[in-house]
Amino acid sequence: MATRQTQLLARSLLSPAVGLLFIWMIVPLALTIYFSTLHYSLLDPGSESFVGLENFRYFLTDPAFLASLQNTLVLVGSVLALTILLGIPLALLMDQPVIGRNFVRLMVIAPFFVMPTVSALVWKNLLMHPVSGLFAWLASLFGLTPIDWFNDVPLFAVILIVTWQWLPFATLILLTALQSLDEEQKEAAEMDGASAVSTFIYITLPHLARPITVVILIETIFLLTVFAEIFVTTGGGPGLQTTNIAFLIYSQALIQFDVGSASAGGLVAVVIANIVAFFLVRIVGRNLEA
Amino acid sequence: MGQITLQGVQKSFGPVHIIKGADLDIADGSFVVFVGPSGCGKTTLLRLIAGLEDVSGGKILIDGKNVVDTPPAKRGLSMVFQSYALYPHMSVRGNIGFGLKMAGLAKDEINRKVEAAAATLNLTPYLDRKPRELSGGQRQRVAIGRAIVREPKAFLFDEPLSNLDAALRVQMRIEVTRLQKQLGTTAIYVTHDQVEAMTMADKIVVLNGGKIEQYGSPLELYERPANLFVAGFIGSPKMNFVTGEPALQKGAATIGVRPEHLKIERDGGGGWQGTIAVAEHLGSDTFLYVDAGALGMLTARYIGELSLHAGDRVSLMPDPARIHRFDESGNALRG
Amino acid sequence: MARMATRQRVVISTIGAWLFGFLIFFPILWMGLASFKTELEAFAIPPSFLFFHWTTENYATVQERSDYLHHAMNSIIIAGGSTLIALLIAIPAAWSMAFSPTKRTKDILLWMLSTKMMPPVGVLVPIYLIYKSFGLLDSRIGLVFILCLGNLPIVIWMLFTYFKEIPRDILEAARMDGATIGRELVYVLTPMAIPGLASTLLLNLILAWNEAFWTLNLSTSNAAPLTTFIASYSSPEGLFWAKLSAASTLAIAPILVLGWFSQKQLVRGLTFGAVK
Repeated sequence: MATRQTQLLARSLLSPAVGLLFIWMIVPLALTIYFSTLHYSLLDPGSESFVGLENFRYFLTDPAFLASLQNTLVLVGSVLALTILLGIPLALLMDQPVIGRNFVRLMVIAPFFVMPTVSALVWKNLLMHPVSGLFAWLASLFGLTPIDWFNDVPLFAVILIVTWQWLPFATLILLTALQSLDEEQKEAAEMDGASAVSTFIYITLPHLARPITVVILIETIFLLTVFAEIFVTTGGGPGLQTTNIAFLIYSQALIQFDVGSASAGGLVAVVIANIVAFFLVRIVGRNLEA
Repeated sequence: MGQITLQGVQKSFGPVHIIKGADLDIADGSFVVFVGPSGCGKTTLLRLIAGLEDVSGGKILIDGKNVVDTPPAKRGLSMVFQSYALYPHMSVRGNIGFGLKMAGLAKDEINRKVEAAAATLNLTPYLDRKPRELSGGQRQRVAIGRAIVREPKAFLFDEPLSNLDAALRVQMRIEVTRLQKQLGTTAIYVTHDQVEAMTMADKIVVLNGGKIEQYGSPLELYERPANLFVAGFIGSPKMNFVTGEPALQKGAATIGVRPEHLKIERDGGGGWQGTIAVAEHLGSDTFLYVDAGALGMLTARYIGELSLHAGDRVSLMPDPARIHRFDESGNALRG
Repeated sequence: MARMATRQRVVISTIGAWLFGFLIFFPILWMGLASFKTELEAFAIPPSFLFFHWTTENYATVQERSDYLHHAMNSIIIAGGSTLIALLIAIPAAWSMAFSPTKRTKDILLWMLSTKMMPPVGVLVPIYLIYKSFGLLDSRIGLVFILCLGNLPIVIWMLFTYFKEIPRDILEAARMDGATIGRELVYVLTPMAIPGLASTLLLNLILAWNEAFWTLNLSTSNAAPLTTFIASYSSPEGLFWAKLSAASTLAIAPILVLGWFSQKQLVRGLTFGAVK
């Protein structure tokens, strides 16, 4: 819908971005695919040889893979459930007439801006330390035995930290969606004699369905590759208890220097992420029509 | 000078033909209205003249010079947009003067012209306000001010009044018409509202499906519509169309009679019999919607008050001199 | 009935919201407090909340002992550089897609988005090896480059959604007013796009500042930004809580301030316009 001249200009302005992203996507991915078919160890350079799908067989049948897959799913699932189940009431609360709402908003959103390494260390030391942490002190106040978070319930401890980081995101998106809910709809429901609870179930919740989906999809993308929090707190341990797929691939590549099977693992991660991305892209794409 | 001629102008977006060949002569200083239902191509035709779209074929001549390859800025036209398209970050002064600034005029000359335009449009007190601080009508005036200040060869208006409320619309309609006459600048005005078209235009272009159906003065269109489409589109309430026996008697496939050309008589007279379904009493006029059986619903208009009500039987007598006749393909039969 | 209880409702929801807000914010506050304690007090049980010996010596020590400013400068260069370069590439691209869309524009946008969804760990190995062979490991330029590419889709998307909201009519009006494309950019588009540009810049500065996958894997000391620097405190011998807190507070304070400014735009930026 413009003149030829502007269209031509538009093409040429778009091409650098497209070209760069294309290279950024295709080159590393092609290399990953290539490496995944090689026996390739950084400890033994020059000995690369083609092994077909052997790396995939090795990676997928490795008990560490199953354990880390399970940890990944538990981590992603728990954080999703916690952020949404806590985020909805929190967003509803903040949508009420609250004195000083802007300040409360600032406090709630803050954890999202804290770099992952800082939040992991603050939680690990200042809060969750079994002797000197604040939680240990709180437990002793109530006469309980302090929990040794990273030894007794390491995965749960990681889940708590990650939840704290992502709860603001979920809350903020749900709150934004709530504030876009047409006030007249709620008033119409009130005129129809709906109670607060049924207004929530029949009006508010359906309105939140889309933002909730968006929260789930976007968080999933990021949660699948949680890395710094594990790197800083547990290093994947004890044993494999907090090793997720991202951390497993990292340790195979940069600790065991097994490029081949790390690449195979990387491709598995790409496939999993693509399944999620497929749905997210469809939702965002539908929104583009408007 | 501002004489605009279209010769076989075509526009297609991919396989879709929006404008299917338009020929038109717009005389210098005349006020021409493009009217038609939504999607008829009237806005596209205006944008082609403006240069905001490229033509797919044909020529556009402004004062005899083909401008199809000339960028919009060099065509010497100015445009008033439906949304007004004011620059939100500039004051009224900045908005009106922007075109002059782009043309490289000296600052004091810009100021002089802007102030003159503002005075014409009663905008002087608002010159230093931002568009968001103005009412709808004032924004409209700023948009017009931006158009007139450049002393263009022609004004292009794209449904400029459609965002105003009814009372303001009538007022602005009169103001725009008076301003155009006063300046004597050619104007092309797009609207879907046939009342606007009838009241403002020297000449009307009726567009439908990308084709020019008729080009003529408002009264020509009212008295001698070229076809069924124009007959039905111009005039309010709509012309009544009757097919079948009464049409055949007149040697036509369809005949049309305007509501104001039906003589209303109480039941028993000659003409077309029917029962009043709805009667609208406006005081100045009375509109009757009459169920005339096989002839369908007919609308009749009476100037003044007529004491008839829903359920009453009436007979409607068409004025024989005012019957429009059309052939099978919908074209008017003359003579 | 809801209306009658308004005053009561305001009181209850205010108390509830402040309570939850405080709980969520507490770890950051606690860290800030610890940064002003002595190491002994930071460890102490029972902890002291306000009545401790306030000191700023941790902040001085952090700089002396670990060259904090060097890492802060790395963070500024890496986050700032990657964001600015991404903007330079993204502005023309987003401009072109928003104002001169074609049939494929939607596909291109979604494809760009999908590159963001590729998990970085999937391409860690080749990137690491490429960086190693080009000597880009532990270099600022290497990190600038990779964070720029990583955030480019988000930058383009955000700018696109902002540009999209600038009415086409206004640009056409400028064209009718005789503005060339260059002047249209300078006098009309840019002033109208500045709020969108600013929030895109801000959000991507935050994302790049906090990025902790590539920075942890591709930098060790020379080019290490604050994320990597802070992570070095995780080793057992680094158990200096007060100093850790001081370093952390310094690392997050600027970004927290920026974040608070950009929170309104955060939602649409991170949801690619799906939630506004």
